Amino acid sequence: MTLYLSDARIVDPAAGTETHGNIVLDGGVIAAIGDMGPPKGAEVIDCRGKCVAPGIVDLGAKVCEPGERHKESFRSAGLAAAAGGVTTIIARPDTLPAIDNPETLEFVTRRAAEASPVRIRHMAALTKGREGREMTEIGFLMDAGAVAFTDCDHVVTDNKVLSRALSYARSLGALVIGHPQDPGLSKGAAVTNGKFASLRGLPGVSPMAERMAFDRDMALVEMTGARYHADQITCARTLPALERAKANGLDVTAGVSVHHVTLNEFDVGDYRTFFKLTPPLRPEDDRIAVAQALASGVIDILCSMHTPQDEESKRLPYEEAAAGAVALETFLPAALRLVHDGTLTLPQLFRAMALNPARRLGLPQGRMEQGAPADVILFDPDAPFVLDRFTMLRSKSKNTPFDGARMQGKVLATFVGGQRVYAADTVAQAGG
Amino acid sequence: MTFRARHLLGIEHLAPEEIRTLLDLAETYVDLNRRTIKKTDVLAGMTQINMFFENSTRTQASFELAGKRLGADVMNMAMSQSSVKKGETLIDTALTLNAMHPDLLVVRHQNSGAVDLLAQKVNCAVLNAGDGRHEHPTQALLDALTIRRAKGRLHRLTVAICGDIAHSRVARSNLILLGKMENRVRLIGPPTLMPPGVAELGCEVYDDMKAGLEGADVVMMLRLQKERMDGGFIPSEREYFYRFGLDAEKLGYAKDDAIVMHPGPMNRGVEIDGTLADDINRSVIQDQVEMGVAVRMAAMDLLARNLKAARGAEAAGVMV
Repeated sequence: MTLYLSDARIVDPAAGTETHGNIVLDGGVIAAIGDMGPPKGAEVIDCRGKCVAPGIVDLGAKVCEPGERHKESFRSAGLAAAAGGVTTIIARPDTLPAIDNPETLEFVTRRAAEASPVRIRHMAALTKGREGREMTEIGFLMDAGAVAFTDCDHVVTDNKVLSRALSYARSLGALVIGHPQDPGLSKGAAVTNGKFASLRGLPGVSPMAERMAFDRDMALVEMTGARYHADQITCARTLPALERAKANGLDVTAGVSVHHVTLNEFDVGDYRTFFKLTPPLRPEDDRIAVAQALASGVIDILCSMHTPQDEESKRLPYEEAAAGAVALETFLPAALRLVHDGTLTLPQLFRAMALNPARRLGLPQGRMEQGAPADVILFDPDAPFVLDRFTMLRSKSKNTPFDGARMQGKVLATFVGGQRVYAADTVAQAGG
Repeated sequence: MTFRARHLLGIEHLAPEEIRTLLDLAETYVDLNRRTIKKTDVLAGMTQINMFFENSTRTQASFELAGKRLGADVMNMAMSQSSVKKGETLIDTALTLNAMHPDLLVVRHQNSGAVDLLAQKVNCAVLNAGDGRHEHPTQALLDALTIRRAKGRLHRLTVAICGDIAHSRVARSNLILLGKMENRVRLIGPPTLMPPGVAELGCEVYDDMKAGLEGADVVMMLRLQKERMDGGFIPSEREYFYRFGLDAEKLGYAKDDAIVMHPGPMNRGVEIDGTLADDINRSVIQDQVEMGVAVRMAAMDLLARNLKAARGAEAAGVMV
């Protein structure tokens, strides 16, 4: 099937441009971009001047299979992703049990391929059981398709274990993803230290816990030469250390979740547990600094940190409630807040959400160019709506901090490998 | 007279006028409590349930007595030995109790915000008897009444709160209340027991008793919360007493007529010298206990009035 997207505002993150034109999707790839007319026999989709961009590559979403399928499955996550404009989910290994051996990885790879309309690639644990004691079979796991290695929010505290894992990973060219949070300082913390934590009487963590852990990881990266990505940098105080590491030539990148650039600690308000995240939301100064670092490219990757939690694990006193938020479907509209407030341009946003994660993982996605995979989305960046978590989300879990929020930006259609995997009602009619 | 609140969850939500109303009403209950016949019928027919998820003797007794003197039927539930142990969630416990139609629910819980959560799920008036490190509103109100009676006013005073501020809900509620009533609040304690960023809440922070107590009208000592110490906040109790414990010498830095307060229970010889605590010329610690009953009676009386008004309006089909 050949598709012809006409009258599109084309967002090219690699070139940093927005241009008007047409796109041909054929044979699973982007066959042509420009002023050309429709190829013979192509289905024509009139974009009516709306945006077409590379599909989002979401580095670090949790799918909950195996172990917690009542929270999210490959099917529900895949449908949510398609509706949210995410064409590739990079799934986290913090499942029950952890994805720490090739057999489990093969199982989830098969399940994902059967059930999900979008691409799902898997990360594997860095240490067995994410316990920080012995490294996993990094070689076999890479052969089985692992795109990166991480213990997620379990920080490897033993420096010897981490230095060996990093050295071994370097020999294979594997990417290691760290979670920079000093476990001692952040133990028991529910919010960020400061006026808000003191007022609410909640145990807090100093932003320095992130800086310290990042500095430790940088020392080990310098020692081993490993390829390293910090999953979430959320504090202004960590940014100079990140810039320094990059300037020193270390193979380091960093990400941040969409929540940490669009929300701050005061959103927790009267103990609203849907705003409890790992790491906790930060003061507004940090949010601004991190959003600007995203614009300048110091922070490379914007991710959703999609973490489904059931109602029961959130309907608890704040300290006891589970952390995390679903975000596959709110990722794009939330991130567009940074475009609407002038922090980022659309190409900059898709550089952080699509091009950079794909590049870092060695995937061909994230590009708006001839020959790139036909993983593209059509969206209206301005369309307003008020989110209702029960009627609008496809995720099995509904723990979004944006319930009732006014948002802008709707995905109209999602294409994976040239196949339409999602269409909003309006487009289905218009496209015919 | 102004008191609009439906629940008493914290001082944060009260207006200065509401605080004044409550304290004025409490004065009348102080008089009542000193009579031989102490009973009224303002809560007659109403049910009060005390749910203490955290053990308490004094506060629970005070609430129980307050409820009984107002004529309510009072039930105490020691939650630490109940279905909570069997894994029931806080919300399920609340819903179960709610089905028994209580009118006043007095709750203490070890987690900050837990009482707010519970209040969202029940349709009676909820009184916070202390939640985690967040608030303990009736303690701040009884302290305010004690200060007002001893000093003749509740504004333009310099109040020093000393000790383990970080783990203290009493300190938070007092800080907020005294600030709302336009007093100067100083917090004194070792930096390890001082919550970060607290200076931004409009108080002065000291780590030296001499400087902090200079010219204070009120010296409020806090208990060193041994059960909350997850290790290493202070080097030892004896060094703590030497540097931060209140004795006659340190009290000498405050004004000559400064009063000494303590929310109890005291650790004599850790945060306060025993002789000083018993000095009837300086210590108002026993007055605080007396004011506690009166303030809780006033709070329950006002909440019950609002509850009756709301239910009456509901029955008449009026939006409130």
